[in-house]
Formats: sequence, structure tokens, C-alpha cells
Amino acid sequence: MTLALPSAPSQTSRRQVLVGTALVAAAAGMLIAGMLAMWMKFRAGAPTRESADGLKIIKDWMSKDIIVPEVAANTMFATFPFAALMAQWAVYSAKRRDGQHRSLALVILFGIGIALVNAQVAIYAQMEVVLAEGAFGALFYAITGTMLALIVSGMAFTTVAFFRSVGGRDDDLQVISANALYWYFLTAAFTAVWFFVYVQK
Amino acid sequence: MGAVVSVRALHLGEITPEVRKGYGVSPGDHPKMTTNDTHVGASTKSSSSSVVASVGQWVTSSDHKKIGRLFIGWSLVHAIEVAVIGIIFGLERMSPSSMQIFDGDAALQLSWLFRHVLVLGLVAPLFIGIAIAVVPMQVGSKAISFPRLAQYGFWAWFFGSGLVLISLIANGGPNGGNADMGDLFLLGVGLLIVGLLSASLSVATTILTSRAPGMSLDMIPAFSWSALIASIATLLTLPVAISSVIYLYVDHTYAQNAFGGGKGIETWLGWVYSAPQTLVFVIMAFGVLAEIAPVVARVRQPLRPVVLGGIALISAATIGAVTQTNHVLDLSGTNGDKLSSTVLFLLTNGLPLLGMLVAVAVAMLSFKEGKPSVNAAFAFSILGVLMILAGATGAFVGNVKDAGLQGTSFSEGITLYLAYGGVLVALGALTHWAPKLWGVVLDDKKVLGLAGLGLIGTVLSSLPLYIAGFADQPANVVNGFEYGGPVALWNVLAAAGSALIALVVLAYVGLLVAAVRAGAGAKDDPWDAHTLEWSIPSPAPANNFASLATVSSSEPLLDAKPSQEVPA
Repeated sequence: MTLALPSAPSQTSRRQVLVGTALVAAAAGMLIAGMLAMWMKFRAGAPTRESADGLKIIKDWMSKDIIVPEVAANTMFATFPFAALMAQWAVYSAKRRDGQHRSLALVILFGIGIALVNAQVAIYAQMEVVLAEGAFGALFYAITGTMLALIVSGMAFTTVAFFRSVGGRDDDLQVISANALYWYFLTAAFTAVWFFVYVQK
Repeated sequence: MGAVVSVRALHLGEITPEVRKGYGVSPGDHPKMTTNDTHVGASTKSSSSSVVASVGQWVTSSDHKKIGRLFIGWSLVHAIEVAVIGIIFGLERMSPSSMQIFDGDAALQLSWLFRHVLVLGLVAPLFIGIAIAVVPMQVGSKAISFPRLAQYGFWAWFFGSGLVLISLIANGGPNGGNADMGDLFLLGVGLLIVGLLSASLSVATTILTSRAPGMSLDMIPAFSWSALIASIATLLTLPVAISSVIYLYVDHTYAQNAFGGGKGIETWLGWVYSAPQTLVFVIMAFGVLAEIAPVVARVRQPLRPVVLGGIALISAATIGAVTQTNHVLDLSGTNGDKLSSTVLFLLTNGLPLLGMLVAVAVAMLSFKEGKPSVNAAFAFSILGVLMILAGATGAFVGNVKDAGLQGTSFSEGITLYLAYGGVLVALGALTHWAPKLWGVVLDDKKVLGLAGLGLIGTVLSSLPLYIAGFADQPANVVNGFEYGGPVALWNVLAAAGSALIALVVLAYVGLLVAAVRAGAGAKDDPWDAHTLEWSIPSPAPANNFASLATVSSSEPLLDAKPSQEVPA
């Protein structure tokens, strides 16, 4: 008698890229969460002193000369949902096998990425935080720089998705969906960074 | 539809040329697969003409078995390295006030090198390597997901480890005197953690997306389950370490005023090298035991979901790790303080220990229901797991504030129990899966002897540090400390233990190399095992499976064996 494991039918679609992206997003989320936790710990532990008139307690955390450019920071915050919207438009178009709109959405998404990088650079230029001047400087550049690196990696992902799209990969829904998932993560991550770094400071 | 595989033929090692041919690489068989090279035997033959070609094949390989063996091989090199450091460490501490093989800074870097290699150079990559090599075969996949990411993971870890080694030798580690080398240390740690994360991502994605048709998550083998839990736990904890590394690097390079310069590295990164983070790295050890025990007992695992639940419970250590601290049981203060301290303590120290106990106890139920015949793989696994339990129990006791063990060598004993225990389990895993990875079955009696020696070595290297900890020998201090106990005795014993571990690893590698050189072909299913990897030839061919099988239980191979009708 010959025994056998029954052969399987042809393999169904794997969702490796989507699942992999979800895991990357979870890991990157822990990265940002860890950085924000340390930011809050340092801010809470910053030394305090009385003001010259003795009426206020001043926390020596962020130099009084530093002014957060709220326009640029708030613009970034408001722009991220549009980035997620464009990414979702690409998914919607991919589901409908509409290559033109899929590619257009990805181009716009990449453009938004450039705008976000530009806004972050503008914040650096306007704030003029001195890196070696206390804990705030080191933490500020480290956390916003990491966020910037995550945005740039999102743009790289979008570029790959775009070239696959214009290359005629009409069945490429998974990569487009994974790209959208990553931009959703970026939106959530920046929302947290915006609140703790630019709003609460 | 692929070819139907004769399980009985495979089981008896009677593979006909026709059947074997079915497993070969067939061009166009899987155009999207990126595995690009061959199994052990084939690669040896094809590379004999050129060393360069052989090296190139290993460097660029995306075959998960090769990547896994690269991780395993270099981790074992680190095992010998760490044992040698342990010997020097013990000898140096024999007489803390007089003997000075190394002076101030060098002794400090030696201490860090010991901890670093033990955890991030040995235990973590060793289990990740085994997972990369074995998991795709276990879940019925032809390749690992993102093979080039896994390959990158190895090289990032490899070069990161090298950078750390160079920086520590050049006095650049925590508290080191060379600031530039301090930057290099952080760069190296960051790079190797990224490597471990990449490899973990590949393993987790493989299990989540590339299982054989019909294999639901509750049907995956116990080792693969533990690999999934450990990989996800690693993906959640090590990014927090990266965040510390980024902050430290920016501060260390440009400011040096927020994190305390070189000294701050120990403060902000020390948690990666101690429990509960180290508990995350040994989760797979319990999967190995749960995999081997029912095979040795020749029975289906009773209460299998409970074993899987126990393994999952160990991942509660993640909660402690991401908070970057040990949660100590402190029963002073208000009732509210006591309550919060107790809850956090039990959550981060108690739950992982409970999970370990449940996993081991229920896994061993198979011995009660079956007819066990203990072999070397099982001996290594159970002894190693017992050592890990000793370490986890130590972590539990050590975090009770009233025990007064914090900052003593007790914490070193914990790390050593966990790390050397992990090495023993890993050697058990390698013995078990050697037929698939190298095409050999190791001499059971000789390996069994090594398991016994490994047990003695682990106890000798760790237990004295537990005892010395109770007598307040300070942790991670090599010389110049005050200690009233029999310091020479404890530290000589610890050095002897490390020497034994080095001997065990060297002898094991020697046996393995001799067996591979002898070319004694292993049967395809030498252990009469239960899972999919034993349905393919030994050593496992490229792309593992010629055709995919449908799975309908957690022991698909056992289902197909009429002689193995055992109670469900």
C-alpha cells in the first residue's frame, strides 16, 4: 500500500508584502513610541527654577529663544491625511484596474512626500535649534530626523509601486495596498510626533 | 498538481530515483521564488572547483538553509569566544584586589564584551538562525519570505558584531575612554539589531503567509509557533533599543550632555542585555522541547493548544522589555504603590515564568502517554530548558527588592543560565534537524555525553554567581571590588564552567564536521517524526518541496503512517 500526503491545489495568492509591511509598521511604531517615551521622560525630568520675579516656575527644557514654526508643523500634520487619501485612491484605482488613476495617485503621493520633507527642512531652518545646547536639541533632531527617514522610505516604497504600476502590473493590488498601509502608519506616527514635539513641546 | 509523495518510502529511507527526482530543482517550477541555489551535497560538489565561487555562493545565497547555517555557524564561533572571555573573567576575579590581567578600562570593556556577545552575539542569532533554516520546511513552504532580507539580516548582524568587537577592543564601549570608538560601538549595535530585526521579519512573514494549504495557525508545529511568537516579540522590543541607539548616537556624537556620554550607554542600553529582554530571545527553546518530546515519546502531543498557549505566555516578557527596565517588587510605600509594584512585577516576571512552566509540564505529558526513548537531541533540549528555567526563576527572585540581589553577580548568573541553557537547547535542535540541514545523523552516545557535560558547564558557570550574588559580589565588575566570601572558589568554578561550555561546543562542532565529511547519509525520517520537513529527502533539497501537500492536522506525517496509530 502506498501512502501519500494529498497534493494541494495550486497555491492561492500570498500576501507576503502586505503582511511584511504590517510587521514593519508595527516595528517602526515601536521605534517612534520608544523615542516619544524617552522624549517625555526627559521633558518631565528637566530641571526647574523660579522666574526672576518669583511668580513662575520655569522648566529648563526648551530655550525661550526657540519658536516652533506652527504654520509649517501644522501644515505637515494636515497634509498627512491627504497623503493617506492619495494612497487609498491608488488602492481604489488598482482594484478597478484603472492604471492611469493608479499611477496619477502615486505621483501625487510622491509629490506630497517631497512637500513633507520640504516642510520639515523649513522647520529646521526656522527653529535654529542648536544640537549641542542641552537635551532638547539632541532629542529634537533625533526624533524628527527619524520621522524624516521614515517619510523618505515611504517615498521610496511609493516610487517602486509607481514604476510597477506604469510597467503594466495591473494585478499589483497587494503592493499598492501595502504602500497605503505604510502611509497610514506614517500619518499615525506623525500625528503622535506633532502632538508631543510641536504642540506640547 | 505536483507529484504524489510516498510517505512510507520516505519514512523507511527507501527513496526511489523517481521520487528523489521529484524534489530536484526544476526550472520554472516557481518563477516567483527567489531561492537561487542548492542543498548541501550539491553545493559542495559544485564549489569544489573554486574557493571563490564557493565563498560567493555563500555570500549571495538566498537559500534559507544556507542563511540559517551562516547564523548558526557564526553564533557557535561566538559561543566559543564568549566562553573564553568567561574563563578570563573568572580568573581575573579570583583575586579582585591583586590579580590584574586587565587594568581599568580594558576590564570594563571585557565585561561589556562578555555581556554583548553572550546575548546579541550568541543566543538571539542562534535561535533566529535555526528558525530561518527550519521553519520554511516545517510549514510546508518552498522558500523563506523575503530571502534577500534574511540574507541582509545575517550580513548586517555579522558586520555589526564586528564593529562592536573592534570598538570594545579599542576602548570605545560604555564608559570607554575613546569617544570615536564609542560612536562606532553604537553604530555596530544599531546595525546588528537591524540585522536581527530583518531576519525576524522574514521568519514571521513566512509563518503568517507561506504555510502549506490547509495548515491553519493552530496546526503549525510547536517550534514554528515559538518562532512566530519570538519573532513578533523581537520585532516589538528591539526597535525600542534602536530608539535608544539613535538618541545615544546623536547625543554622543554632537552634544554629550543629555545621556551622560559614554557612561549613558550602559544606563540606556543595558536593559537589552538582561532579563526580561533575554527571556524573549529564549522563547524558541520551549518550541524545540515541545517539538522533540512527542517525537521521542512516539505519541501525539496531549493538550497541544495548552503547550502553544504556554509558549505564547512567555512573550509577556515583551511588556517588561519595551519599558526598558526591570520591574522590581517593592512592598514599601502606600497600598497603591504596593499594588502597582506587584502587578507590574507579576506581569513582567511572573507571567513569562508561568508560561515556561506550563509549556514544559504539558510538553512532558507526552512522556506519560507514550513510550519514550530518550535520545541526545531530547537530552540537550530538556537539560537546556531546565537551565533556562533556573535563569527565569532567578530573574523572578532577583527582582524582589527585599532579596537584595540587584546590582550583584546574581544578575550575571541569570544571563548565563539563560544564554548557556539556550545554547544547550540549540545544540539539541541542531542534533534533531541535522539530517535536514547537513544530511547526517550524529552519534547519539557521543552527543549524549556532551549534553551531560553541557549541563555541568552551565551549572558551574552560573550557580556560583548566584551564590556570590547573595554574598554581595558586585555585578559586571572585574577587579578592585570588596567581597568577603570565598571569591576565588566561586570565580574559579565559574571559569571552569565556561571552559566546559567551550569544550562542549568545540566537541559538538567537531562531531558535526566529522559526520559531514564522512558523508554518512541520513534517512529522510530518522526519528519517525510528525511534521512536514521529514517528508522530504535528507539533506533538504533546494526549494524544499517538489509539490505542496494539503495539511489537515498538526501532525500531517503521523496521519499518513498506519503503524503510528496513537490516541488523539
